[in-house]
Amino acid sequence: MNEPRTLIDKLWLSHEIVRRDDGAALLLVDRHYVHEGSFHAFSQMKERRRTVAEPALTFGVADHYVPTRGRDKDIANPEIAAMVSKLEANAAESHITLFGLHDPRQGIVHVVGPEQGLTLPGLLIVCGDSHTSTHGAFGAYAFGIGASEVAHVLMTQTLWQKKPKRMRIAVEGAAASGVGAKDIALAIIAKVGADGAQGHAIEFAGGAIRALSMEGRMTLCNMSIEAGGRCGMVTPDETTFAYLRGRAYAPKGEAFDQAIEAWSALASDPDATFDREVTLDASAIAPIVTWGTTPDDALPIDGYVPDPARETNPVRAKYLRDALDYMAIVPGKKLTEIAIDRVFIGSCTNSRIEDLRAAAAVLAGRVSKVPGLVSPGSSTVKRQAEEEGLDRIFREAGLEWADSGCSMCVGINGDVVQSGERCASTTNRNFRGRQGPGARTHLMSPAMVAAAAVSGHLADVRPLLSGRKV
Amino acid sequence: MEKFVQLTARACPLLLANLNTDQILPARYLKWPRSKGLGSVLFQDLGVDSDGKERKDFPLNQPLWQDARILLAGRNFGGGSSREAAVYALYDHGFRCVIAPSFGDIFAQNAVKNGLLTATVSEADVADMAAMVSANAQLPITVDLERKTIVCGNMTYVFEIDPVSRNQLLNGWDDVDLTESYKEQIAQFSADYRSRRPWVVPAKS
Repeated sequence: MNEPRTLIDKLWLSHEIVRRDDGAALLLVDRHYVHEGSFHAFSQMKERRRTVAEPALTFGVADHYVPTRGRDKDIANPEIAAMVSKLEANAAESHITLFGLHDPRQGIVHVVGPEQGLTLPGLLIVCGDSHTSTHGAFGAYAFGIGASEVAHVLMTQTLWQKKPKRMRIAVEGAAASGVGAKDIALAIIAKVGADGAQGHAIEFAGGAIRALSMEGRMTLCNMSIEAGGRCGMVTPDETTFAYLRGRAYAPKGEAFDQAIEAWSALASDPDATFDREVTLDASAIAPIVTWGTTPDDALPIDGYVPDPARETNPVRAKYLRDALDYMAIVPGKKLTEIAIDRVFIGSCTNSRIEDLRAAAAVLAGRVSKVPGLVSPGSSTVKRQAEEEGLDRIFREAGLEWADSGCSMCVGINGDVVQSGERCASTTNRNFRGRQGPGARTHLMSPAMVAAAAVSGHLADVRPLLSGRKV
Repeated sequence: MEKFVQLTARACPLLLANLNTDQILPARYLKWPRSKGLGSVLFQDLGVDSDGKERKDFPLNQPLWQDARILLAGRNFGGGSSREAAVYALYDHGFRCVIAPSFGDIFAQNAVKNGLLTATVSEADVADMAAMVSANAQLPITVDLERKTIVCGNMTYVFEIDPVSRNQLLNGWDDVDLTESYKEQIAQFSADYRSRRPWVVPAKS
């Protein structure tokens, strides 16, 4: 009888080629996603006069720098244009399949990989982007890496890693209406802290997680990195298999049946143990917003901004003063009294079809009091949303309906929140200057962003949903 | 890769918690090639006020810490984005060691690949060291990776680092060269792995 194993133990073992005495293991990589930012790694590879070891397992996606408006024209900023064309040149030279700027499958790498059936349970997936944790939603071991590691994977299709510790986060019970995966994610981060899961592979479990769609699971795993986790994952089940069936690059026919058999064996053994366990009650989670400059500065929407004067720890008190100063919020303010200047719906966290439906359900027949941008997660999501008439709802509410990319989440394609502006955003990081120098970001779910848009201030979406189909 | 064995240098205190990689190197500089050097834009938005003027109270702007090669930092240093350019910016500025209570996982991984030591100590110890160098900026700190010690004034502190990172830094190992030596194992493993799992290879679309 083997020792009981968790999901991460099984994924690790199946990919371990060799293990050194110091504990580092060489792991085989199944999928490698690259984007415009991977140029450092291609340069490192070329300096060593090497080529891509497994081009058929490497896929390029243009997302970080692509324009979300005016794609029929050339990119005006020459530096941004160079980033996009450099990826095209590197992909062509290395014989890598590229979902480039004008490809109908283009989108954000963490939306496109799953959508195309490239992301599968049981795989080891890496990308030079911290939100690679998203793909763990399928029961894959997926994590972000830096440029040197990207270069190593390009050249060898392997990676040296230390095994992460095991952490189980169980969310039991059922979430109330108006409470989604983003609220669960923010509730977890608020509970464990922005570095609470450092060094750990998180396995999300419990009734509320099982009940999530694949889109919801991706939102949740995406945010694992905001709790400091190395990766996040959910055990594959019928929801996973149903999502994958028929996807372009997913296995077909007999291979798919064989895959399901293998994927079904990935679940943690019933008596397996974890290094850390955390439990939350889903029914106690309310819609959540952030008020400060790290994602664990998160509170239920009916709460109040903390007051540094009431904080006994002087280090924490200084942090609160600095954060509130940057955010230009007076201590003790009621969250629903914080007025906003704009909204953004998009990013690898919340830009999938279900996210757009959730926002549209609130916006339908209503008008946004502030300007805003909606950037679907992929060109495929965009087409589907247009078929469903969601684009019309966004436009009629006064929001701009744009093309797909990382856009205003990281602001490097030119879509930025102006200095001093306050944005209600479906993104993943409320860091200082993240959405542009001096930008002030409040993170929340797509439904909550829609609620903020029609209210002109942070608002509880629940009353706005009454009588509506969600 | 440059080895790290021992370093004696001045240390700059910057004990803010959660200094994520967006603060270390704002995203707008990610387009810069490495050859341009990223040291000049390290902590760019923290070092200037809203009018773009240099903040005198920002430690790195002060002449006495210009040549610091050790950074004393707060909890969760380098969390957030996986941008390795955050490490390039620290390195290009001259830093070879960051001492902090905890580090973002990906940042720490990127640091070791570039010869930058991340030394983990308690909150109290780093606060102690910061107090000493704030009182006397000339005070050198000696970091010894072999012994995992930091000597500051008449105090000796022990730091933590995982054995894998320590090995790599002490030896200046190059990952790619190391991996090459396992070429046969890799080929055999992947052939066996894929023959038993035909579904792992992307299907033709």
